[in-house]
Amino acid sequence: MPLDEAELGRRQARYQEIVKQNKPRPPILRNFLLAFVVGGAICVIGQAVLEFFTARGLTVDEAAGPTLAVMIFLGALATGLGIYDDLGELSGAGAAVPITGFSNTIVAAAMDFKREGYVLGMGSKMFIIAGPVLVFGIVSAVLIGIIRMLAT
Amino acid sequence: MEGKGPLASDFDVILPDLAMGQRTPERAETKILEEACNIALSAANLKPEDLEYMLAGDLLSQIISSSFAARQITAPYLGLYGACSTAAESLILGAMLIDGGFADTVLAATSSHYQTAERQYRYPIELNIQRKVTAQVTVTGASAAILKSQGTGPRITCATVGRVIDLGIKDSSDMGSAMAPAAADTLFWHLSDTNTRPEDYDLVLTGDLGRVGTVMLGEVLKDKGIVLGPNYNDCGLMIFSQDQDVGAGGSGCACSGVVAMGHIYKSMLRGLIKKVLLISTGALFSPLSFQQGETIPGIAHALVIEQA
Repeated sequence: MPLDEAELGRRQARYQEIVKQNKPRPPILRNFLLAFVVGGAICVIGQAVLEFFTARGLTVDEAAGPTLAVMIFLGALATGLGIYDDLGELSGAGAAVPITGFSNTIVAAAMDFKREGYVLGMGSKMFIIAGPVLVFGIVSAVLIGIIRMLAT
Repeated sequence: MEGKGPLASDFDVILPDLAMGQRTPERAETKILEEACNIALSAANLKPEDLEYMLAGDLLSQIISSSFAARQITAPYLGLYGACSTAAESLILGAMLIDGGFADTVLAATSSHYQTAERQYRYPIELNIQRKVTAQVTVTGASAAILKSQGTGPRITCATVGRVIDLGIKDSSDMGSAMAPAAADTLFWHLSDTNTRPEDYDLVLTGDLGRVGTVMLGEVLKDKGIVLGPNYNDCGLMIFSQDQDVGAGGSGCACSGVVAMGHIYKSMLRGLIKKVLLISTGALFSPLSFQQGETIPGIAHALVIEQA
């Protein structure tokens, strides 16, 4: 019996309705709270690092660079120790949005693909997650820059 | 993690970690499969050269775990791919080889590994990503069964090879929903072919539909006028306990493999159950097809295992 396209379409529509009705909903409130607490905690650490540098005589602008470097290092360290993925599982965007999360995407990919060699594995694939962020981040920065140049 | 689940006591070996002392997770999976095969051989008092065929499959591209394990076992080898339905597929084909008179001794094996599956189908292992409520966890393990033309153990008495069913699910983090219609289809045809009802079995067991897929299976079967009773269960729900953080349950080739060849086989030897309908389910997609926006076809193979 060949496949009847129209009949299949009806069955697909009906099944997708069933799935939509019976799919469990994500625990949104819990996710929001955990993202807030974990993301907030990472930001508090970042603030503490910033205070550390400003207390030693740097201005806030000057302290931003070293603070970012420290946070990127901490994110990489936590990834290497196998903690950061658990943090992400717990808090979703709470761990993904801060710069520590960005650091995690690169280090996690680098760790994973190291097994396929340093050049064709790690070297070519460490930006597999972070790459799109960089590409579209840089493209939009250039676009905004052009708009600013034209507008002022 | 499986070793901390409710079925742990029925597994022959509980692995201390995912790495097995190997350089890569892929090597670890091969190692686990080799061990499972060797344990099955020694339990049956056989040597590899007694095997007429080895049927095996796994989830990785070009089924490397199975083929690399077959390199060590050295039996004539046929590689299979049925995604997570491979456990049933290998048992059915093995039983058919024996029933057709082509063999007396066949090894049917399968494996899956959490890390190798994550790497191939999803993201790097250490990436910070939150599992969706519908997503399942790939079971790390391997199962191996020796099928013989003679002997006293549980027997495969009947099998229904499933059709590929695709009802348009695209969400690769909800494979239970993608596979449920295939399970329903195979179950329906199996029951009508053999003129049996779900109540005729001590246990009706699906492979890895998980918490979401089992609900969808119930809904689809309702349309076909079939109701599953308390004798229904799903390997993906059995292998982990509720308080383990495993999303919607277990999945992977090893899910139905280790539950059926470990827990169910031993329950049958103990005489607790006599007649089991095992329906292993598989999602037949690849990372490439998913990225290209293709839907996820499902498959399910059913077989009846009976202890006289």
